Amino acid sequence: MNAIILTAIWGVIMMFGGVFIKSKTAPRFVAITGMLIVLSSSIIELLTKKSFFNFDHNNMLHTDGFNLTFIAIVMTCTLIYFLLTGTEIEKVGSHVGEYFALIFFILCGISIAATFNTLLMLFIGIEIISIPLYILTGSDKRNLKSNEAALKYFLMGAFSTGIMLMGIAFIYGGNPNASFYIDKIQIGLGHMPVLIAAGLLFIMVSMSFKVSAAPFHFWTPDVYDGAPTVFTSFMSSVVKVAGFFAFLRLFELSFGIVHEQWQYLIAFITVATLVIGNITAVFQQSVKRMLAYSSIAQAGFMLLAIFALNAKAKEGILLYSAAYSLASIGIFGILTKMEDYTIDGFNGLGKENPLMAFAATVFLLSLTGIPLTAGFQSKFFMLMAAVDNGHQFWLVIVAVIFAAISAYYYFRVIQAIYFKESDRNVVVANAVNPFFNYMLIVIIALIVIIGIYPEIVIGWMYR
Amino acid sequence: MDIKAYIILSLALFTIGIVGVLVRRNAIIIFMCVELMLNAVNLLLVAFSKMHAMSGVAKASPYFASDAQVFVFFIMVVAAAEVSVGLAIIVMMYRNVHTVDVNFLNRLKN
Repeated sequence: MNAIILTAIWGVIMMFGGVFIKSKTAPRFVAITGMLIVLSSSIIELLTKKSFFNFDHNNMLHTDGFNLTFIAIVMTCTLIYFLLTGTEIEKVGSHVGEYFALIFFILCGISIAATFNTLLMLFIGIEIISIPLYILTGSDKRNLKSNEAALKYFLMGAFSTGIMLMGIAFIYGGNPNASFYIDKIQIGLGHMPVLIAAGLLFIMVSMSFKVSAAPFHFWTPDVYDGAPTVFTSFMSSVVKVAGFFAFLRLFELSFGIVHEQWQYLIAFITVATLVIGNITAVFQQSVKRMLAYSSIAQAGFMLLAIFALNAKAKEGILLYSAAYSLASIGIFGILTKMEDYTIDGFNGLGKENPLMAFAATVFLLSLTGIPLTAGFQSKFFMLMAAVDNGHQFWLVIVAVIFAAISAYYYFRVIQAIYFKESDRNVVVANAVNPFFNYMLIVIIALIVIIGIYPEIVIGWMYR
Repeated sequence: MDIKAYIILSLALFTIGIVGVLVRRNAIIIFMCVELMLNAVNLLLVAFSKMHAMSGVAKASPYFASDAQVFVFFIMVVAAAEVSVGLAIIVMMYRNVHTVDVNFLNRLKN
């Protein structure tokens, strides 16, 4: 509750601040201050289970240890994102305050999408996430690629929203309780009413659109490639895991009872996502586009949580959110500093800037899932959840094989960093200030600590 | 009137919307088709709301059948917000390339 209200208030403050403050650097400090306030208040809410704001929302939002932990993870990752790449946001355009304001509104939407208790709040939350993202994608107004990405993202996003609404309408029609509350959806074992089955399918398709799972992933590479790199970083990390969290929450609480009937569909989507994401990533020359496909591949792993739908899956999705967001924010933060976004552009980084090279290596290893990094633990939890589930053991084998294939394209970048000579004068184009380096060290430390003690993330859930 | 008629009508509108999104190449017409999809949903929600209210099941439950009618207002508001952002994006594109044809959008392919 704290997070929803405070992010919305701070978004409005940032927006009006953009009108009155002419300085280009001031909005960043206001945003970091706001983020600290939001983060501390959401941690206080997690510890005390009491919100600062008490008003009657008719049980439309529900907070518990699980989703409060998730909100705290999201806020921590966003704070790190602001600290690491805040200076890059300033370079995108002239309306700096508004970019930060839009990010705060997205965080508000994420908080709603993580705590929803009715389909209405799910819809509102997803839309509050999506609409500011369309603007951020197109924020580089003179750049044709950015325009194209924004239009594509907008048309696809609006289309999938329409599909989701149709699903919600069907579920409402088929629900004899005439209610949008997710725990009041009466499905009945064995024989599912046709309206509810159709609604479930529609919602599954539209949520797959939002989290870019194959075969509904085709917008992802173009949008991630065209958007300004700083915003791609945010989109592919925090926003993506929020989509998965909403997906998991909806399917656990409202359709969990008929889990075995839709499990095969999710298994199919998982395999398709793993195959298409990993295989296409292998052929990419641009690191930014490769990371876009790799985010599809990671989505395949996160889908295992929805496939398994047990206690381990809930722990796994928290761990995956933290691990994937940190590594993704880190690697995109390094990418914003590069002169050339192709893999050859990373040649010789190891000689020119050893710290940045080491950080990039750790992030890529974490994305691959090498032990001692957070990525390993999160993938391990996901696979454990899928094994615990008891059905469809082959899915685990497929996931492991594709995790191995993913090593190829991540290691290609590491190889370029350390074992190839650069033929250009500068590898790192943008000036790197000492603070950026400190933040890289912080992220490396977090990744390694979570990799060794995953309990520090999961433990909050049971507090 | 039978609820089936409403379901068929709104599904027909929804399908026209989907086909329009997939077939048409003009960004503004695609956008109008998306709006048509949303309005088909609005119609269906109102029809279901009336159906639940008349069936009497809703009278026994503490939840009101009018929830769906409130939902329709939310859809309208969100659609309006989406229109404002979407038209801005289309205008931005028009300023740069002087066309609203989505076939023009192929720069990111290579």
